This record gives sequence, C-alpha cells and structure tokens, in this order.
Amino acid sequence: MRKVAIYGKGGIGKSTTTQNTVAALAEMGKKVMVVGCDPKADSTRLLLGGLAQKTVLDTLREEGEDVDLADIRLRGFGDTYCTESGGPEPGVGCAGRGIITSINLLEQLGAYQESENLDYVFYDVLGDVVCGGFAMPIREGKAQEIYIVCSGEMMAMYAANNICKGIVKFANAGGVRLGGLICNSRKVDNEREMIEELAIQLGTQMIHFVPRDNDVQRAEINRKTVIDWKSDAPQADEYRKLARAIDANQKFVIPKPLTMDTLEHLLMDYGLAA
Amino acid sequence: MKPNPHTVKEQLLSALPKKSARKRAEQIVVNERRPDGSVPEIKANVRTTPGAITQRGCTYAGCKGVVIGPTRDILSITHGPIGCGFYSWLTRRNQTRPEGPDDANYIPYCLSTDMQDEQIVFGGEKKLRAAIEEAYELFHPKAIAIFSTCPVGLIGDDVHAVARDMKEKLGINVFGFSCEGYKGVSQSAGHHIANNQLFRHVVGTNETPRPEKFKINLLGEYNIGGDAFVIEDLLERCGITLVSTFSGNSTYDAFANSHMADLNTVMCHRSINYVAEMMEKKFGIPWIKVNFVGAEGTAKSLRHIAQYFNDAELTERVEKVISDEMTDVLKTQFAVRSRCEGKTAMLFVGGSRAHHYQMLFAEMGMKTVAAGYEFAHRDDYEGRRVLPSIKVDADSRNIEQLEVLPDETRYMPRRGPDELVQLEAAGMDVAAYQGMMPEMEDGALVIDDIYHFETERLLEIYKPDIFCAGIKEKYAVQKAGIPCKQLHSYDYGGPYAGFRGAINFYNEIDRMVNTKIWQYVQAPWETEEELEVEELAS
Repeated sequence: MRKVAIYGKGGIGKSTTTQNTVAALAEMGKKVMVVGCDPKADSTRLLLGGLAQKTVLDTLREEGEDVDLADIRLRGFGDTYCTESGGPEPGVGCAGRGIITSINLLEQLGAYQESENLDYVFYDVLGDVVCGGFAMPIREGKAQEIYIVCSGEMMAMYAANNICKGIVKFANAGGVRLGGLICNSRKVDNEREMIEELAIQLGTQMIHFVPRDNDVQRAEINRKTVIDWKSDAPQADEYRKLARAIDANQKFVIPKPLTMDTLEHLLMDYGLAA
Repeated sequence: MKPNPHTVKEQLLSALPKKSARKRAEQIVVNERRPDGSVPEIKANVRTTPGAITQRGCTYAGCKGVVIGPTRDILSITHGPIGCGFYSWLTRRNQTRPEGPDDANYIPYCLSTDMQDEQIVFGGEKKLRAAIEEAYELFHPKAIAIFSTCPVGLIGDDVHAVARDMKEKLGINVFGFSCEGYKGVSQSAGHHIANNQLFRHVVGTNETPRPEKFKINLLGEYNIGGDAFVIEDLLERCGITLVSTFSGNSTYDAFANSHMADLNTVMCHRSINYVAEMMEKKFGIPWIKVNFVGAEGTAKSLRHIAQYFNDAELTERVEKVISDEMTDVLKTQFAVRSRCEGKTAMLFVGGSRAHHYQMLFAEMGMKTVAAGYEFAHRDDYEGRRVLPSIKVDADSRNIEQLEVLPDETRYMPRRGPDELVQLEAAGMDVAAYQGMMPEMEDGALVIDDIYHFETERLLEIYKPDIFCAGIKEKYAVQKAGIPCKQLHSYDYGGPYAGFRGAINFYNEIDRMVNTKIWQYVQAPWETEEELEVEELAS
C-alpha cells in the first residue's frame, strides 16, 4: 500500500486534482482510499456524487467511542473508499488536533490493514502546513510520499517551497519523501518551464502539467470527476497521465528548499523572459 | 570556616554554558548595603534558563491558586483538562471560617470543565456554559470565576464572552481570567491578571457605607495555616475595622465593599501591589507596607496603622495589645535563643516570604546566610525606589496593564499630600516597600529563581541549620541531612503571623534545628561496601 499526501496552497485545486487522479487510478483497477483532512469536508464530494458524508469527528462526537468503520467510510466512484476527517466550524477549537484524532481512529479501526487490500491511501490536506496537526499525515510514517500541487503564481510557489521545509523536518525523523510537483495550470507566462525549473532546484520533478480546462468546472457542477462525467474528454486523459506517472514514480527525494532570494530570482527570470 | 560568597557564586555558575552563565550571573548577587542606602542591582522576573530545574509555578497557579482561591464564596471553575483543577485544589492550606451555617464556603470543592479531546477539537465554550449553569443550579453563588488553562488559550475559547452572557442570564457576577499557564515567566503574571480582574469586576460594586472609624483593608494575606485569624483578632482588640482581606478568610461582598476603607495595608507586595495602586488612583485610598510576620514587625505595623489614624485612644489600645502580647513573646524568645543563637537559615520561596521570615529568624538569634524569591521582581529585592529603572521586557508587556483614572464621583483622597509626607517622615512606608536586600547582611548571597543544582551546592557548601522552601524542594533538602520548613503551606503547622504566630514559629524552628534526625539520613550507597569491578565480572 502506498500512502500519499497532497499538499499545496489553499485554493490551488488539491481536492479536484486528488479526486480526478484517484478516479483515474480506480479506472486502472487500483483500490484507493481518500482521507479528507480539511474541516470543510469537501475532499470526496466528486467521488461520492455530491453526497455530503458524515465526518469522522462528527460521528465520534455523536456515537461516543462506539464507532464502526462503516459509519465513516463510504464507497465512491470506481469502488474507492471515501472518508472525511471533518473538524470545527471556522474560528473555534483546533482543527489540527481534530486531524490527529481522526487519523488515529482510522488506524485503530483497521482502515489501513492488509485485509483491506488497499493499493493507495490519499490524504488531501488543507492549505499550507499551518501547525502540527496538519503535519500529521506526514508524521510518523502516516504518509510516505508527498505531491505538492502548485502553479506559476508567486504565492503558490512560495507555499510549495514552504511545504518543502516541512517535509525536510519530517524526512529525517519519519522517512517521508517528496514525489514531485503537480502543476495545476493558471495560464501564467512560461508556467511549465518555470515549475520544471523550480522542481529541479528543489531536487525533485514536475510529475505532470495539468492544463487549464473548463471541463473540470463543468464536471464539478455535475458533482463528478471529469473521468466520471465525460470519460472521453481530453482533460480526462490528462488525469490518466498524472495517475500513471504517480503509479510509475520511482523518484522520491528529500527536497532542498530555496532561499527567498533564489525563489524571487526564478520568478524574475521566467516572468521577465515572457 | 565561613564560605566566601564570591567564590560560591563562581562555583554555582561554573556548571552553566558560557552564555547562560553570563546571564545567570546577574541573578546571583553578593549583598552589600551602601552608605546611600542602595544595594547592588539584581536581575529578576526573567525567563528561567532552559534545562534548569526551577521552583517556579505557572500563571494559572498564581491567579487561581494564590490570589482568588482563598476566597470562600466565589465559585471557582477551572476551564481545562482535569489535572489543572485537581492539583490546584487545597494545596496551600488556606483556611477560611464561614460566619454561620448559611454562609457559603466553596473551598472544599474542586470544579472543572474536564475538557476532553472533543472540546479541544470543536471548542469548549459550550461545555463551559453548561458547567456554569450546572454549578449555579447546585450552589446559587454570588459570583463565579472562570480560570483559563493552557489549551483554552491555544484553541481560542472566549471565556470573557461566555462570562458576559452568563452574567446576564443568571443575574450574578460572572467573570473570567485569561490566566493560561504558559503566560509570563512565572506565577507572578497570574497575580497581576487576578488583580486586574478583581479590580475591574468586583472592587467598588457594593456601596454599603461603613460607619466605623478606623477602617482598613489587608492586602496580600492568604490565611495559610490560620495566619489571618491571628491578625483579625489583633486588629479587633485594637479597635481597627478590617473591611476586607485580599484574600485570606475573605468573601466576595467584602471585596466589593473594600473601597469604603480609609487605608490599604500591604503584606505580600509582589502578589497584590497592583490592587493597592489602582485603589489609590481610583478612590484615593493610600497604602502602606506592613508586615505581620515577626513580633517586631507586627508591633511596628500596628503602630503605623494607629499613627495613620492619629487618634489617642486608638494608639493607647494598640500599645496595650502590644505590651500584653510581648510578655509571652519575649519569654519564648529567651528560651529558644539559648539553643538557636548563631544558627543559620536559608530562605528560597515566594515573592515576599523569603524576606518576611528572616525577621522571625533574627528574633531567635538566627542568621540568614542566603535568600531569594521564586517569582519576585527587582522592586521586591531592592525596594520600590528602583521602579523607574526596571526594564519592561516583552514577557511583561504581554500582561495587561490597566489604565486607571480617579472615579468621577467616588474619588476622595483620605489624606492630603502634606499629611502623607509627614507620615513618611515618621518612618512609615507610604506607597513604598524597601525590599529584602537592604535588611540583609553584607556578604549574604541573594539568588533569584534558584535552580535545583544551586540549591544542592549551597547545602553542601554552607550546611545551613535549616532551609525554607516549598514541597518541590523539601525532600531533596531532607535527603541532604538538613531540615526543611515549607513556607508556602507551613507543612502541618501555623499560624506564624502576629505575636501568637511568632511564638509558634520559634518553637517549631527550635524543634527542627535542634533535632539530629536528618543528620542520620544516609543513602544505601553511603553505608554499604562498594562492589569491586572484578567481583562484578565474576
């Protein structure tokens, strides 16, 4: 079983990319579980056809200790397993602690056991690594490989670099590695070249360049992944390529985060070259 | 042979890395009383070196445990996991005496919201509301105080908003304290936070006039082992009305009515000077430093109060009480001196106690060779004269400082500026505290926030006849063969305040320093033969 965590700046398209990639992996016959690590609990909506499922933390709160795996894990597109951690409403409590509680509970309930025959677990994690709780999926070997979703926009690259710092911290202790950058295009000038260069400087690879295509939004309106909604759309093939690249990936590294100066130079070089 | 304090200081510092030692050196001072009355500067109220074992407690402990806790009819609820509430429950031996069977006393109770994982993740305000409602239904108290523990600050529960809502809903006074344990460098921050909220939410909320003639408040007396009972009795016999005590044997109504007093007397300067200052600014009530620890201090304090009210009859009564009491005091002093004269003591405790109890030792003929506070500031060591030169660091700035202005209708200076100057000239500490160091001998060691390593070295080097500290140090000191008197809780003893308390103290210390029992303590490895390496190998 490969344990994969997806990080990236807020709003960059982590949940959309994750679900579309998972749909493609499922299509390839892989058995995949998705764990949404975001209090908004919107990481499995497309796989479940819009169904808002009960989160682990809500269930724990209502049922007490008597929680069954079936209460918190639903079957989605292509026989995927879908789970949402959930968490507090904005502005109260501690969402990070919620994720820790939730992942521990999933472990105790045997969601990751051999008998589940999982090929992949995907953790879709809120925003940046804001505090200890959100680093939970990469701590203590809970996730082994990380993909960072980014674009050619400065703040997305800045966030990617920051996440790399978090990975370095846990790479030495827990053995987590960076598998690559996923460029979710925002149609920025020289975007592909810039992210390829950023990946090289970080010591990793751009594993796939996902072009911008409004079919993604159209599928989302229909509460589906592109693969589910329009299997023959060109964008569906892009996600299939990404899924195959991840499945075949051999390059796992401890990244070398850039200094702020180097990062800004990179932006200037590629931004001005346009 | 008498150890050289400068050499001792070097020895204590030698265990620390260079940079830490340089900083620490400013907290270890060899006392020196200069001709102009000043003493050397000591660094205090700063962070403990990471890795050192400190005596200090947390901000929650200072707020809930020290200042508010001893009040019997304010219902205290700890908002947090169960340990904070449980381990701050009844540990200081604060006593209280309800006036009748209907008078509320919540001190025997421990109330906590018992936060669990669920409250940490989803927020604990709902559970706090439920706890307040439940507590109200059970006890119908006049006031409820909510104390924040560390996780409350981390997850951002708004205890003050909850308090406001519940105050409106229940029609009683409900107020919260942002006294999360991690704030500040020691429990001192908690005292300040407690002072602020008491002043903001309670003091001056009961306008019942007091007809008595000589009305005072006693601030910073926590009735450990019954100290306040002794002082109350003395004041009553002198004809002095005690409107309120902050906060030993105290009540909510007395706090609320305390602005009716004409004089504030301050015992523990460190923990309560903020309320004294704020009451002076808002209501015009002057404050003087008093000390009811030690027979001499008690007599002096009573005389100062009489002097302040400047009434012949009162003065006469005070003198009568003093002379009545002093007969027994002197008798016991004489008896114990023959056995205790010349013996040595060390006091490392509190923010005033390490100073006050030196007086009692002096009265027995004993000498304080080293002393220091756990959580005091420079003014408690060197005197308030250094206040303008105290550097306010970032840690202190984190603690709220209330802006207080004279009350529009209730500000009434009890004494004019000239009168205060006269009282000062007569030897009274008006809005002043001289600090510990001016009263210690030259060459005595003064150590702020003593580290455990240093405690052990001092015991080895000086071999004092008694060491005064708290429960955390007690057993290590005894294992070193030296008796240890707890001055936070008095162990099982007390009262030690006033004249009667002084007699108790003389007898207790006489017993402790003249028993040989601790010297017979030996660790097993000190008596059993050492095994040779060869023996082990075979």
